[in-house]
Amino acid sequence: MKTWVFSTESDGHAGSAALEALSKARSFGGDLGVIHVGPGSEAALAELGDHGATSVLQIAEGSAAALAAGLAEAAGSQQPDLIVFGAGNLDRDVAGRLSARLGKPVLANAVDIAVDGDALQVVNEILGGTQRVTTSFAGGSPAIVITRPKAFAAEPSGGGAPAVTTLELPDVGHAGDVEVLSQHVEESSGPDLEAAAVVVSGGRGIGDADKFSMVHELADLLGGAAGATRAVVDAGWVPYSYQVGQTGKTVKPDVYVACGISGAMQHLVGMKDSTTIIAINKDPEAPIFGVADLGIVGDVHNVIPALVEALKARA
Amino acid sequence: MKIVVCVKQIPDPASPYELDPDSYYVVRPADQVLDDTDRYGVEVALQLSDEIGDAASVTLLSMSPGGSQQGIRQALAMGADGAILVEDETLRGADALTTSQVLAAAAKRAEADLVITGTESTDGYTGVVPQQVAELMGAPSLTFARKVEHVDGKIRIERQTQAGYDVVEGALPAVLSVTSGVVEPRYPTFKGIMQAKSKPVETLTAADLGVAPDVQQKITSVEDVASRQAGDIVEDEGEGHLRIIEKLEEVKVV
Ligand SMILES: Cc1cc2nc3c(=O)[nH]c(=O)nc-3n(C[C@H](O)[C@H](O)[C@H](O)COP(=O)(O)OP(=O)(O)OC[C@H]3O[C@@H](n4cnc5c(N)ncnc54)[C@H](O)[C@@H]3O)c2cc1C
Ligand SMILES: Nc1ncnc2c1ncn2[C@@H]1O[C@H](COP(=O)(O)O)[C@@H](O)[C@H]1O
Repeated sequence: MKTWVFSTESDGHAGSAALEALSKARSFGGDLGVIHVGPGSEAALAELGDHGATSVLQIAEGSAAALAAGLAEAAGSQQPDLIVFGAGNLDRDVAGRLSARLGKPVLANAVDIAVDGDALQVVNEILGGTQRVTTSFAGGSPAIVITRPKAFAAEPSGGGAPAVTTLELPDVGHAGDVEVLSQHVEESSGPDLEAAAVVVSGGRGIGDADKFSMVHELADLLGGAAGATRAVVDAGWVPYSYQVGQTGKTVKPDVYVACGISGAMQHLVGMKDSTTIIAINKDPEAPIFGVADLGIVGDVHNVIPALVEALKARA
Repeated sequence: MKIVVCVKQIPDPASPYELDPDSYYVVRPADQVLDDTDRYGVEVALQLSDEIGDAASVTLLSMSPGGSQQGIRQALAMGADGAILVEDETLRGADALTTSQVLAAAAKRAEADLVITGTESTDGYTGVVPQQVAELMGAPSLTFARKVEHVDGKIRIERQTQAGYDVVEGALPAVLSVTSGVVEPRYPTFKGIMQAKSKPVETLTAADLGVAPDVQQKITSVEDVASRQAGDIVEDEGEGHLRIIEKLEEVKVV
């Protein structure tokens, strides 16, 4: 069994999806390689080794088309059985193109991967996580898989530094004719959403962008992070980094407080594994109440300010 | 500029999904609706076309094995000029790659300068069709766009990123995938709905496009997952916040 994992470096660290996938892939046995895109800082490479990678193909940068072409060439000569991607934008761009280039399917949204001899199976959750679907590959290797964030826990194995080889990318002509003109950071305040023990998220029921400050205030008082639904992100109230759900982050905090959130399936898959869920919604029929340990049927504009005052009084 | 917008037709999300117990494919009624996610692509196409003027056209492209046209008419009613429907029973249960082979071949046949898609469909959500189509067309891809501009014969987007956004520019022909924050889709007018009835819809088969469907993945089981139990639901009569504090104390957050 030869597994490759796709990693993108950010702020000098290896991709979190890659560390999660490596931790899982150790149980498959055999060779564990990483395709690492980025400067290749010592810290990032050490993290990959520490999670089980024995070799790294290092790529400084390139268009999605060039990355896929380079990966396809490397896969042709080194014959991996499985290539695992995370759910990030570049992951999707490269996985999709690689799949088309190799004529192999890609199975997305995987929450588990099972290896039984030569047979590879992938598990998906559908309908907001109420059903699990198992799919097998019938196209021969490499099997290409895109995993959901936090499908696997990242656990160090104590491995040493991996052997690093630089991969040169081929010229892909017109397909590579894209240029990044500038990069912009949209500040988000407070602790890291994915690591926070308490997450307070706001949905459209909060009303407008200004009122979203009450979500921040409550999150701060509970020492937690603020999150949001896609509806709120699309409306421009908060940046995309706040988004919880299928196309955003997966969070599993001790406590998740959903404020003015209906509880669409695509939101639930990102937070349903929180230990305790508290929901405030004025509609008693809102689906969010179906997963809440405590549901308050009420107006967020009454309940949240009262909660904030009461918490302040205790402090 | 020839703009081709990929629009998926899906079972009405208002009624629950059903999986065929033998094949595990989603049961698809004869009439399917426009995937809400694809209204954004249609709107972006119409705005680009309005800006460019007579030299632009907007053609919809949908692969729908059962031949549904309802969703296509919804998108035509927004103002697109015409549509291509790939309708072929052999495409039932097509995976993302087969779908992309069909869409890419049809877009090439239509001599598209710009192919627009959503980022993820509501019922399939593989989120890889745009990139596969781009690769098969040998075109650059501009994905996860939250803003789109046509500048000097190129397409410039704000690409949504984890940290914020990147401004990215690509040469035509290209594939563009848009998020649902990109524009506010228009609602069809009565006139639009009437006109949509007589707009041309060209139907093609997989064979017309030279695609031999070859599904390389197989669902082997579907199981129910034990679902989370709902807890206490209480009406707020001015004391709701106290119940929340009790709960937070119970789990030792305060
Ligand atoms: C392919 C795809 C991917 C998606 N990915 C995501 C994702 O990653 N994350 C995500 O969140 N969504 C995602 N969505 C969107 C999802 O389907 C829902 O549209 C979205 O989650 C709804 O957000 P919301 O709950 O804020 O808004 P709504 O559904 O509009 O709900 C607002 C709620 O607020 C309540 N309310 C209104 N006023 C008040 C008040 N004063 N006090 C209390 N309650 C009030 C209402 O009763 C309602 O239940 C995705 C959709 C698709 C098709
Ligand atoms: N059968 C189809 N017909 C037309 N467009 C499609 C089809 N399937 C997917 N697409 C396009 O590809 C995007 C992403 O779909 P998916 O990869 O299935 O999540 C959708 O938003 C559509 O624009």
